[in-house]
Amino acid sequence: MTAQQPTTQAPAQAETVELERAVVKHWKAPISYAVLTLVALLLTVVLGRDGSATLRLASSGDLFQLPDAVLPARATGIVIVILLAALTALSFWAAATARRLGVWLPIVFGVLFVVAFLTWAGAGSMIPIAGLLFATVGLSVPLILGAMGGVLSERAGVVNIAIEAQLLGGAFTGAVVASATGSTLVGVVAAMLASVLVSMVLAVFAIRYFVEQVIVGVVLNVLVAGLTNFFYSSVLTDNPALNSPVRLPKIPIPLLESIPLIGPALFKQTIIVYAMYVIVPLIAWGLFKTTWGLRLRAIGEHPMAADTVGIKVNRLRFWNVALAGAVAGLGGAYFTLDSNGSFTREMTAGLGYIALAAVIFGQWHPIKATLAALLFGFASALQQTLGAIGSPVPSEFMLMLPYVITLLAVAGFIGRSRPPAASGKPYVKQ
Amino acid sequence: MAVEHPTLELRGITKRFGALVANDHIDLEVRAGEIHCLLGENGAGKSTLMNVLYGLYHAEEGEILLDGAPQRFAGPGDAMHAGIGMVHQHFMLIPVFTVAENVLLGHERALGGLAGAKQKVREISQRFGFHIDPDARIEDLPVGVQQRVEIIKALSQDAKVLVFDEPTAVLTPQETDELMAIMQQLRDEGTAIVFITHKLREVRAIADRITVIRLGKVVGEASPQSSSTELASMMVGRPVELTVHKRPPVLTDNRLEVTGLTVLDAIGQKVVNDVSFTVQGGEVLCVAGVQGNGQTELTEAILGLQPRATGSIDLNGNELLGDSVREVLDAGVGFVPEDRKVDGLVGDFTIAENLMLDRYRGAPFVSAGTIDRGARDEFATEKLGAFDIRAQGIDTHVGTLSGGNQQKVVLARELGRPLSLFVASQPTRGLDVGSIEFVHSQIIATRDAGIPVIVVSTELDEVVGLADRIAVMYRGGVVGIVPADTSRDILGLMMAGERPAGIPAPTPSKGAAA
Amino acid sequence: MNDRPRDADDPMEPAAQQRPGGSPDSGVAPAVVHAPEAAEVAAPAVVVPTDDRRVEHEDPWGSAFRRIMGGNLVMAVLAIITSLVVGGILIAATDERVQETSGYFFARPGDTLAAAWDAVGGAYWALFQGSILNVSRADAGFAQLIKPLTDTLNFATPLIAAGLGVAIAFRVGLFNIGGRGQMLWAAAAAGWVGYSFALPPVLHVLVAIAAGIAAGAIWGGIAGAFKAYTGAHEVIVTIMLNFVALWFITWMLRTPGLLQNPGSNNPISPPMAETAVLPSIFGPPFILHWGFVLSVAAVIFCSWLINRSNIGFQFRAVGYNANAALNAGMDVKRLTVYAMLFAGGFMGLAGAQQVTGAVTTGFTSGIDAGIGFDAITVALLGGSTPWGTFFAGLLFGAFKAGGFRMQAAEGVPIDIILVVQSFIVLFIAAPPLVRAMFGLPQPGRKSRRQLRDEAAIADATKAKGAQS
Repeated sequence: MTAQQPTTQAPAQAETVELERAVVKHWKAPISYAVLTLVALLLTVVLGRDGSATLRLASSGDLFQLPDAVLPARATGIVIVILLAALTALSFWAAATARRLGVWLPIVFGVLFVVAFLTWAGAGSMIPIAGLLFATVGLSVPLILGAMGGVLSERAGVVNIAIEAQLLGGAFTGAVVASATGSTLVGVVAAMLASVLVSMVLAVFAIRYFVEQVIVGVVLNVLVAGLTNFFYSSVLTDNPALNSPVRLPKIPIPLLESIPLIGPALFKQTIIVYAMYVIVPLIAWGLFKTTWGLRLRAIGEHPMAADTVGIKVNRLRFWNVALAGAVAGLGGAYFTLDSNGSFTREMTAGLGYIALAAVIFGQWHPIKATLAALLFGFASALQQTLGAIGSPVPSEFMLMLPYVITLLAVAGFIGRSRPPAASGKPYVKQ
Repeated sequence: MAVEHPTLELRGITKRFGALVANDHIDLEVRAGEIHCLLGENGAGKSTLMNVLYGLYHAEEGEILLDGAPQRFAGPGDAMHAGIGMVHQHFMLIPVFTVAENVLLGHERALGGLAGAKQKVREISQRFGFHIDPDARIEDLPVGVQQRVEIIKALSQDAKVLVFDEPTAVLTPQETDELMAIMQQLRDEGTAIVFITHKLREVRAIADRITVIRLGKVVGEASPQSSSTELASMMVGRPVELTVHKRPPVLTDNRLEVTGLTVLDAIGQKVVNDVSFTVQGGEVLCVAGVQGNGQTELTEAILGLQPRATGSIDLNGNELLGDSVREVLDAGVGFVPEDRKVDGLVGDFTIAENLMLDRYRGAPFVSAGTIDRGARDEFATEKLGAFDIRAQGIDTHVGTLSGGNQQKVVLARELGRPLSLFVASQPTRGLDVGSIEFVHSQIIATRDAGIPVIVVSTELDEVVGLADRIAVMYRGGVVGIVPADTSRDILGLMMAGERPAGIPAPTPSKGAAA
Repeated sequence: MNDRPRDADDPMEPAAQQRPGGSPDSGVAPAVVHAPEAAEVAAPAVVVPTDDRRVEHEDPWGSAFRRIMGGNLVMAVLAIITSLVVGGILIAATDERVQETSGYFFARPGDTLAAAWDAVGGAYWALFQGSILNVSRADAGFAQLIKPLTDTLNFATPLIAAGLGVAIAFRVGLFNIGGRGQMLWAAAAAGWVGYSFALPPVLHVLVAIAAGIAAGAIWGGIAGAFKAYTGAHEVIVTIMLNFVALWFITWMLRTPGLLQNPGSNNPISPPMAETAVLPSIFGPPFILHWGFVLSVAAVIFCSWLINRSNIGFQFRAVGYNANAALNAGMDVKRLTVYAMLFAGGFMGLAGAQQVTGAVTTGFTSGIDAGIGFDAITVALLGGSTPWGTFFAGLLFGAFKAGGFRMQAAEGVPIDIILVVQSFIVLFIAAPPLVRAMFGLPQPGRKSRRQLRDEAAIADATKAKGAQS
């Protein structure tokens, strides 16, 4: 041992010296931008449409009326394509010199692209922007709450493919219980409990019986669809009284509801939506700033490490998955107690899978997942709006958008999606 | 420091896994201010014992006493509260968390939140002269620093007893020295230290007391003054002879020439940095070095498993770099991977299936896209005998075999086809002595058949025994290539990245490799 | 778990070293089950930068596999029985007479029980008559008696083919949830060939089915390529591709000039040409068509592919241990794509069978009829083996055939079949749960006596070893 005493000075430095590095260049992002720029070029210039798009920014109850924005389609398109090309070039330059650009680039790029698309699609007609935003929020609420359920569960290490089942179970139970008791709020609570029950089944099979979590999730989706269909056919169709809940009232917030453009969309909503405004930041803060969040993330990343500091991994996982169910269940209640007013067969129509897509595209981060859900909600709202004014784009392609974006995201073309390390893996100890 | 009770006392700990008795009535005593070494071979039951102590496992029998008071640990939390800290062999750190977050985890209230944790990290760092930023993310830190975070984590809980579980496996000799200095400082401050290892030199350098365990039982205590041979024979239970009998090399024309080989990892680090060497038929080139200095990546680059490799790997005039694994194997390269269970074998396949694992195309085992079961089974039966694979039959699943027999299956497969190069990575890791001898004899037989052989090993004994020449790797580069009779001290220095006077520098890549 | 999770050393080693000295009489270690889960969580905390050509050390599907493979017949039967009981409870609970009589349950519990018995018995009797033998029409001749059996085979036809599409992916460690999308594309391709060309009878239907298989294979292969070349998780990719396919096919079906039936305003395709319809095997009144024979052929082919062919050998190697496969020179990425091509191909067969056999009057975007998801349950129940899938397909085919009769005759919604099916899979996937319900011994958790015996044997062996 003594013969091996180091003869050189400063041994402490040795371990902080990193291995030599070669420069690695990432080309995926600039290539993605280039493709999108080409799409914009194709749409607005090659397939360009004449006329102007009128973007109506005002709505009736506003504090003050914003004027309509009238954008000549072709000219706007050309200007934006030039801007997009410049951003793309910037991105190529950054990649070539291995520099990092801020998050502003994708955001600016995205907004410009959307404006270009809107003026092109809306050429010769009027697009009610306030209505579009209102619809966006409406369509996003279950997505956001479902995605929060997904984030919580997966951060705790349990893959949640069963968001669809949680939403559907919540929607059904909410409708039936609210109808039976006559109390909408009891219905909301029941929806959350039903969803918690679905989550607990997921948790028990995943944590206690180590069943592959994707299997449980997929099967739960089928099971809950089967159960709700069965009860719908065998009970609800004969007893319509059990499927006519009193809907939650819209509670406009004075003053805020009159903000032009966003007022009605954000502040003329039901209690579920307001609850969502609280829940999302609460989860974000809790995950990253509290003991609960620290432990939750720990068991999703490295459960054994958590175990060695005395954290009861499986118990914690169980309760957090249950909590995830409660949040998703609120989203389920939204279907029957807010937007629709009664239960119909398989009314969630695959939205649970879009919520899952939002979780992934949002990189398992509550805020980013919310933004992703909003984006997906915006895509469907846009599809509805364009359908009403006669869209040049088939509505199916708009409906496809969330899935295509998620495919590109998981393939690494947009952002970097790395799930919690232990997500999907049961924790087994002697 | 004579106290009435030892700080830690284990009495009659017994832990079974099914039919296997991992710990059989083990007694152990550790006093404050002493370093007690727990010495034993891989699989002797050391880690199991420590997991029992740490509350991760529950022992069927026996009791744990701290300062004379019996303890019941329902989980690691209890053990920690009682004052037991552990530096785990595989760090129990969450890679995406910061240092402070890792220290905070599980003790949020006691440490007073993140700010308190940061303060604690700074305090302890200062005490031991660590330079650790509490806000650094673990995954960005080098391994040696990560280990210090583990130590800080344990110390932040004011541990009376600190357990180091094989802490030097991932360290360079230098880092090992520094770690030992830290352990000594802790001892002098009155901490009771349990040091688990199978490395004799370290034990002799630092231990106050030594307990040797074998096959789950305490074999006895040894004095720190015992010789390595004495300790080794206690550890393995019979006199070990690690000398490999071999004749002087008879060089042939077969030739592997590696020139300027550089391998980048996913984040662009040069894990193999401008490595050049030559191996001729009939000789064994051993690649020595501490684990994680690029040896794995080097062998993987030869096999075609490393996509970001540049330079040249020339086998008898045939450039292998850029070839797929299939092409490399077809060029006659036999490869024994470092981790046979992960990379070498399919545990759920039978022995017969594993023996044809890399010959799934064309003759002799496949015709018209269908596997010829007759040919496969015939080959397997022959190899079962020739390599002395102890199994019920060729249909036995490889996963149920012992490590030694698993390795024999790998060897039988890789040596079972015509070779022009043989690469074996850690060929005897985790094997019993009998199997080690068999593996060594097979390697030497391959060399004597005129095939160039590369053996990668972190065990100096094995390197010295097998090698005709030794290449020492450090931080991705070859420090030097030296004759087999080079002294251990010099090899040790080279493993720490230094080139003692008189050792030639490795040839730069552009020049002729020698 | 039996392993000591935190020791990187060979977990077989302690077993091997249990025999001291050099006197091992057999090299076989006692059956120490190496649990993949334990190894996963025990993975070193040191983050090794991922290398895209190296496969992740963890084998996320390993545990599922073992469970699927290890499932034995007894567990399957118990799972089916339990699920039918659960289904029975639901049927009884929603039955009106049961609800009425339960109003005075404590006064006359017999009424409730009788009502429940009637409801459940009636439903399951209808299920039997609808799927196996139509006893009530036995006097109408043998054909009427056994017609339900052929209906069962008819419903099983696409389930078997699609089940193979899930099973083969499973064997390579992949989870093919993309059955819906693959079937939709297959249906579109087969349908298009089926209505827009004029070809001789047998040839036409074969070409149509081949087109369907090819289309399904391509859509599956795309998912495989995503997985292989970008590392995206195939579960997410196949789910997303399902919806992309759904909307794309919907668009084509409502766009004149593409797949829409000329003159129709609905999103529906033209009907198949008569030459492109799979003929009935036995003629009327039987509806069982030659597609069933194709499914049997697919099972035989799949069985050869997995168990005998060299590509199947590689598939299994990759499925069990992708790293070892990589080291043995197998092109894991290409194999991933191949596997999904085959998986999509089998799904494609199912989709083609739908348009050429089941719904020949023009198809809609609902042509997959949930078979893509049913296939997952079929493959799981069938233990991911070709013949297991075959029999599981028959069972679920019987459920479907009987379910329709149950709905018509007893007013029990056919959705109950979906519920029973889901429960079967949940129970199959969690044998300990079923064992606990039936009070069977848990193999992992040994009884005290077993432990004592084993310890005694171990001691004896050691004593013997020490003497030598």
